[in-house]
Formats: sequence, C-alpha cells, structure tokens
Amino acid sequence: MATKEKLKYERPVINKINAGVTDKFGMSTKMEIIEEIDSVKITDLLNEYGSPVFAVSENTIRKTINELKQSFTTRYPKVQIAWSYKTNYLNAICKIYHSEGSWAEVVSMFEYEKAISNGVSAKKIIFNGPDKSKADLEKAINNGSYIHIDHFDELYDIIAISKTSKERPKVAIRVNMDTGIYPQWDRFGFNYENGEAWNALNRIMLSEKLDLVGLHTHIGTYILTPSAYGVAASKLSELAVKLDKKYNHKIKYIDMGGGFASKNTLKGAYLPGKDTCPTFDQYAEAITNAIINSEIDPQNMPTLFLETGRALIDDAGYIAGTVLANKRLASGRRSMIVDTGVNMLFTSFWYEHEIYPAQEVSSHTEDTTIYGPLCMNIDIIRSAINFPLLNKGDNYVLKRVGAYNMTQWMQFITLRPNIILIDTKGKTHVIRENETNETMTALEKIPEHLK
Amino acid sequence: MKIKKNIAVSESGFLFDSNTGDSFSLNETGKQIVKMLNENRSEEEVRNYFLNNYDVEEGTFENNFNDFINMLQNLNLLENEG
Repeated sequence: MATKEKLKYERPVINKINAGVTDKFGMSTKMEIIEEIDSVKITDLLNEYGSPVFAVSENTIRKTINELKQSFTTRYPKVQIAWSYKTNYLNAICKIYHSEGSWAEVVSMFEYEKAISNGVSAKKIIFNGPDKSKADLEKAINNGSYIHIDHFDELYDIIAISKTSKERPKVAIRVNMDTGIYPQWDRFGFNYENGEAWNALNRIMLSEKLDLVGLHTHIGTYILTPSAYGVAASKLSELAVKLDKKYNHKIKYIDMGGGFASKNTLKGAYLPGKDTCPTFDQYAEAITNAIINSEIDPQNMPTLFLETGRALIDDAGYIAGTVLANKRLASGRRSMIVDTGVNMLFTSFWYEHEIYPAQEVSSHTEDTTIYGPLCMNIDIIRSAINFPLLNKGDNYVLKRVGAYNMTQWMQFITLRPNIILIDTKGKTHVIRENETNETMTALEKIPEHLK
Repeated sequence: MKIKKNIAVSESGFLFDSNTGDSFSLNETGKQIVKMLNENRSEEEVRNYFLNNYDVEEGTFENNFNDFINMLQNLNLLENEG
C-alpha cells in the first residue's frame, strides 16, 4: 500500500486584524523568499559547508565595481579605485578587486603586508590610518608607497626619516572639514577650516625632502548626502589651487576616501536603505562637478582616487543558516532563535539586516524578534520584524553582509563558519575555512604548574 | 476545549468575534485546529490528525499546539471550562 504524501506543516497562528491607516509608501507586506544565490541553492550550500555559512558572490562584486567605474569614468578623465582592505580583507576577495584594476588602501602594517602578499605593487598601495610606526613609515617610504599623513607627529617622523632615506617619501595629507553634515569627523587628518591643513602643506613644501603627491579626505561613513562630497571636493580643489599659486606645485591626485552608503537600512531609519541610498551616479556627479568647476589648471587635472569599501562589497555578501527554535516571550511576542549571532554579524549593531526564508513559506507572518544563538542578552539580529512562520530546522538567509562582518567579527562563544565564494560560473570555493577548537587553542600556552 | 459559540470562522480562515467586533486571521493549520475544536474533537484526536496528515514531529506539534491554545485563551476565544 502506497503511503500518502504528508502535507507541509506550518505552525498554527492566529493574528488579530488591525484596521489602520494604509501604508502611504505602498511597501509590500509579502516577504520575498531567497532560495538561491547566483543559481546555487542555499540548502545545498548549507548541506555541503555547514550552518551557518557566509557566501560571497563574485558576480556581484565585479558587477558593482564596474558600475562604480562607469559612473565616474564617464564624468572624469582619470579615476583610480583603491580597495579598502579593512572592509573585507580576505585574500580571495582582495584579489578580485585587484584583478579589476584596484590599488590597495590599507590602514595598518598587517594590511600593508597582506596587500604585498596579494601581489599588489608597493607603488600601488595607499597607506592611511593614524597608526604608523617609524618602522612602518620607513618600509613604506623605501617601497615607494603613498603615505597619507594623519597628524603632525607623523609628519615630523617622515621628515626625520627623509633626511637619511634614499627614497623621497611620497605623501598626501588627510584633511577633515565641515561639509555641512552631522557628525563632522575631525579625528582624521588636519582641519581645513582652522588652517591646520594649509599649515601642514606649507611645512611639507618647505621641508623640500618630501614629494607632496595628493590630497585626501574621508568625510564620514554611510553618507546619504552626495552634496557633502561636492563640498569636500571643492575644498580639496581650493587647496590644490593654493599650492599651485604659491609653489607652482601641481598635485597628482585628489582622494575622496570612502563612505558611500550601501542599501542596508540603519536602525531607526523610517524608510528602507534600498529606497534612500544614493546611486553611484549621484556621488559621481557631485564630486566630479566640484573638481571640474574648480580653478584647477585644466591641463593638469589630478587623478581622482576613490576608496569605496562598503558600497562595493555589501551586496555581494550573504549569510545563510538554520532556525534553532521558536518560543513565545512573556510579552506574548513570538521569538525565533537562529544560528547566526552578533559575534559573526557585527553590523547588526547598527543595521536592520534584511532576513529572508530560504524555502517556500505561506504568506502568513507573525511579529517576531529574531535572536542569535549566544547566551547574551545583546544577541539580537532583528528586534521586531513581521516574519513568516519558519519551523525549527528551516533555513534563512541574511542579505547585504559583505562589508565589515568578515573583518570585524569576533570569536566569541561559537566558532566562526566557512566562507564560500561563488565564482562567475556558479562554482563554489571555500575561501576561509571554519574554525575548530584547535584553531582557537593553537596560540594558547599553559604555565608549567597548571599542566 | 471549545471555541465560543458567538465566533464565526469562514472557509478562508477569517475569524469574527461578534461579542467584541474583533476579527482575526488564521493560517491553514490554525484554521484546521479551530475547525476540529468546533466539531468537539478531543485534543487527542487533533494531535493524531496532524501527526498522520502533516509532515511534523510529535514534539514540535505538541509545542506549537499548546502555544496556539494559549493564544486562543489570551484572545478570549475559548469557552471557560469547569
């Protein structure tokens, strides 16, 4: 006798219907289901590589960087992208960016050496950040890398080194400024408005030992106002014009740093990030207009450097996993525990990450709090979301997690999972293996009396 | 365990409480449970029906069923027993 095929089970729910004001933005109430990433089934990924698993789409990385290039190169003659290592410095990821022509933008000797080992010429490394030891600076100077000076102490170190080194240091200064946005970042570099930046430039020029090659700024992060970049580009252009007037010195590049927003939604935002995030074209229009319309000599237009990180990689990253349990809280709210915690999803502290079921579900939803697996009260992935009724063992996927999570993650309570690259042909590759107990204890030592 | 008499349930899972004027929506499994309770079926019968017809483990169903009954109680949709 043939056994009857059983019906798909969904936990029983009852929801009170509240007649409220209609949503004037017309946002869909039905949740999208993501079963595949670049034609690879998420359930297959989880079966093969364990749960949870990070997956990065090579296709999306290449597509996004080419969109950025297209937006800028159609508006400005000389554009150079430098991959922001801190955003995601997995070697495989960096090599994709380098194969697309990106230089490396690093902020520590650890990242500098990573770039070198990834085959980047030292002459195509931009060394940013407030932490550069004398030994770091000597190495970067001798290798001919571009050093972006953060403070006067660093400038004096470089001047001191330049007196004995064979190579002339190639330097730029980092400039902070008021671009009309809040918060105004003033911790990186020299201030524009109070004359500190101009003072630093004069000292560099008068030292005669340093090659002043560029001007840099990093106005902030997740900047939703493209016009702020226009203000910043104008101010850097003014400094370039002043240098030309006073010293007849033409700088080679203007570096606009990073900070372009990604389509993730910030906590507390009224509208989803995918609706409010400016396009690359909007940023490009603001920046290139400011430089082109400045007084810079048209025969000597500087190269425009971009250190965009977040906006280039965020969309390419996913983390998929499994539902561990469902429970009802004392308040009556439904809660769901998943196997991705804040230890591997650092950005959940400031984003309302998009989470989707990875298999067919009905259109019924419940107001749900989604917790990670950690025995810590702060381990919340989404504090309130209308989410479909996933059962224990069902799969989910979190979108737009490519930026910062694979560098800022913490080994805390659980071990970090596999990271998979899905190449342009849909083939999967482990690009960072999951940790084991041995990985974590390899560096530990036990004193003799405790053995 | 019985659903109050003044409660009407439609084929599509729309539930209306004529005492309060509140309306509710049920998903397929919720609708099935309410239907069986309306037919005076016992808890045992409901459990057996689900385990025989749905792809669900006993523990999971037990857990979800108790939670659902609690919700019905909290929403004041069940007859007071005793």
